[in-house]
Amino acid sequence: MFYMFAGIILIFSLLSVTTRRILRAAVYLLCVLLATAGLYFMLNYQFMAAVQLTLYAGGIVVLIIFSILLTSHITHRFKHPDLVKLIMGAGTAAVGAGLVISTLLSHSFQASTAPELPVNMTTIGTQLLSTEKNGYVLPFELISILLLAAMIAAIVIAKKEKNKNSEI
Amino acid sequence: MIQGIPIEHFLIVSTIMFFIGVCGFIIRRNLITMLMAIELILNSVNINFVVFNRYLYPDQLQGHFFSLFIVGIAAAEAAVAIALIINIYRKLRNIDVENVNEMKF
Amino acid sequence: MTGFAYTILIPLIPLIVFLVTGLLGMKWKPIVSGLLGTIGMGTTFTLSLLTAGKYFFGGHHADGFQTIIPFETTWLRFTDTLHINMGILLDPISVMMLVVITTISFMVHLYSLGYMKGEKGFARFYAFLSLFTFSMLGLVIATNIFQMYIFWELVGVSSFLLIGFYYTKPSAVAASKKAFIVTRFADLGFLIGILILSFVTGTFDFGKLTEPGTAIFGSAASMSFMGISAMTWAMTLIFIGGAGKSAMFPLHIWLPDAMEGPTPVSALIHAATMVVAGVFLVARMFPVIHFQAPAAQEIIGYVGGFTSLFAAVIAITQFDIKRVLAFSTLSQLGYMMLALGVSGYGGEEGLGYMASMFHLFTHAMFKALLFLGAGSIIHAVHSNYMYDMGGLRKYMPVTHITFLIACLTIAGVPPLSGFFSKDEILVAALHHNKLLFAVEFIVAGLTAFYMFRLYFNVFWGKDRHYHHTPHESPLTMSIPLMFLAVASVFSGFLPFHHLVTSDKMGFDTEMHMAVAVPSVLIGLLGIAMAWILYKKESSIPAKLANKFGILYTATYNKFYFDEIYLFVTRRIIFNYISRPIAWFDRHIIDGFMVGIGLVTEKISYQIKGMQSGQLQHYAFMFVAGTLALALSLLYFLM
Repeated sequence: MFYMFAGIILIFSLLSVTTRRILRAAVYLLCVLLATAGLYFMLNYQFMAAVQLTLYAGGIVVLIIFSILLTSHITHRFKHPDLVKLIMGAGTAAVGAGLVISTLLSHSFQASTAPELPVNMTTIGTQLLSTEKNGYVLPFELISILLLAAMIAAIVIAKKEKNKNSEI
Repeated sequence: MIQGIPIEHFLIVSTIMFFIGVCGFIIRRNLITMLMAIELILNSVNINFVVFNRYLYPDQLQGHFFSLFIVGIAAAEAAVAIALIINIYRKLRNIDVENVNEMKF
Repeated sequence: MTGFAYTILIPLIPLIVFLVTGLLGMKWKPIVSGLLGTIGMGTTFTLSLLTAGKYFFGGHHADGFQTIIPFETTWLRFTDTLHINMGILLDPISVMMLVVITTISFMVHLYSLGYMKGEKGFARFYAFLSLFTFSMLGLVIATNIFQMYIFWELVGVSSFLLIGFYYTKPSAVAASKKAFIVTRFADLGFLIGILILSFVTGTFDFGKLTEPGTAIFGSAASMSFMGISAMTWAMTLIFIGGAGKSAMFPLHIWLPDAMEGPTPVSALIHAATMVVAGVFLVARMFPVIHFQAPAAQEIIGYVGGFTSLFAAVIAITQFDIKRVLAFSTLSQLGYMMLALGVSGYGGEEGLGYMASMFHLFTHAMFKALLFLGAGSIIHAVHSNYMYDMGGLRKYMPVTHITFLIACLTIAGVPPLSGFFSKDEILVAALHHNKLLFAVEFIVAGLTAFYMFRLYFNVFWGKDRHYHHTPHESPLTMSIPLMFLAVASVFSGFLPFHHLVTSDKMGFDTEMHMAVAVPSVLIGLLGIAMAWILYKKESSIPAKLANKFGILYTATYNKFYFDEIYLFVTRRIIFNYISRPIAWFDRHIIDGFMVGIGLVTEKISYQIKGMQSGQLQHYAFMFVAGTLALALSLLYFLM
């Protein structure tokens, strides 16, 4: 099961950065995100998986597809990327991946023997809004403000300037 | 469901995904596909957080919450980025990153 | 003796006048500044006369004159023993100098009202005059050598300002710089001398230094440098300072050039006050020099003698009347220095000292008169050169008479004052050093000759073609002339030997006929020769000049001293010392600094290209850099 998800993730993420059609790239990204949600299910974090599905797969990908439709032609195909850039990107990625994986494998992780915390909505809700130890109300509020600010900023930036006839 | 799967396998998957994202960020011209590469990077980081939480500290939920917040931040970032991209498109009539070079020397 | 507290006003009034006219003078009509300065100076003059009258004649002086310090305050306190005071010291020479300075200064102020009329910078001129007078007064009443040094430098500065008064004239600017640099150079010697002296004795006070038989020099005897005792060094260096201000050979070169200043300034500074500061300094330090450093006193005597002869010879050949007077001043200053050099201490022995001060006093009067008279002539003729003048006696009777009196005085014709003072000097020289006596004897003749050469050339001889008929100067100019003429005539009768003496005790003198008669005769001989040569236009002087040929040319060019100095400074010092240093500074030091800037600029041009604006390049650099850092940390540093 895990290896199936892992395979999907790797293949589709690779496809999503190499395909020459932009809409396909978005769809491949969606697949990657869905497979990631599958991993979360495997890890027994149902709420996380649900958030991944709704927010990422549902929200962000839809947003991206909208902007693709606004700015590009669907039939448009990209040119092949520069060779130099390709070497640069691939080389960096290969070296980085090799470095991190070798470090990972040389490190022995100590699996914890502590009893598992049951992860249900009650626990999550309580901890998210708690001010006690293990409470996350402060980052929660911060995120709320950040989202609000980002929303306003997005509207302001994307708004058509006055005195300019729009061409979109 | 994860009995028998060592933690390293999860981490290798997320690492490869991360560097695919980095690679995509560097080689793609289109701003939107670059944005997608960033989503890949964030996603791989999310996996890492969740996996560490499950394997190493199952009695706490820190990694879980961090992933949640990252999802929120990713959403905000995507919204602002797309607004910017649309603005750039209005100005340049395309969204090639190579044309966005006004802020050089 | 008390009741001298008001003397503090004597230096303060010129200072206040200077500040007021200097700061506000531009806003007033020029004449207001002039009147203010003149009235202030008149007050100071009156106060000085009062002080002198009270000091010299106000009491019974069986045991000599007391030194009075009516006012003193600590200005800078470094340690208990080392502190610098500011104060007023009254003793015979300082009171005499007060009278000299304020008299001449007052006359010059009055005279300038006419002479400088309509000049640009009238108020500035009066402000500088006041500043100069203040500095000079502060100098003579100094209670300690350091205060004297401070005012000494102030005098230097204000004379610089006054010589360079016509600051649009390049020659005036050059002259003021020359005067300043040369005297400044000499002042360095003065300062080092002060430091040695105070190191040896631990005090700056004149009172302690000049006290007879004092013990503070006890430690000095053992100290020596290069085989010469510390006190001789100190006194010689201090004398160099005095020689700079008094324009003794070989530091005389600034004085003739300083004639670029307005003529009243020449009268004030270069005849009567500033140039005698050096003489005054030596007189002030006289007990120290005489008892502690006899070798330095010898030097003073010979330098004075040589300067007087040297300057008198040059004066014969000059045509600029102010330059003739300048060299004559040099010559007379040489007399004074020589008198100090041959003087003993106390009673009859101190004749030279008394004669020097006496001559200083009379010389101030008649030389100021000569300069002011010259100023009057220049004012009328608009030229400095005697071949532009002639026959002026018809046009300018007052100037003519007063000038004649001054010439007779300086030539030593009895019973005018110059006769008495010069006679005393000759007597003192005869008693101590026959060689110097011979020199002075010749110089007396030369003095008479060149003064009357000047006189006959200017007032007799043929009429020239003047641009407009010369006219007598206005009253403000002729009153000082008359006053000074009277002073020149009668100041010889002052009983100086009772008043100003080396040990402050009076003594009696008598006429030394054996000296007086020959000196008068040689003076008359000089006058007669001038009469023959210059009374009527004749070709004899030119023939003589041809006959002496090279000697004449050398003398006319002041023995090429300016050229030698120029050669030494410009050719040798500038070329071989300053230029390499300048080159080093410009190319190595500056080059180093400029190089840093240039290299930075070049590098920044090179790396500018990295700021390409390409986001992906940045991302690549960032990731690659992070990886490189991580790799190096993991595999090379751990």
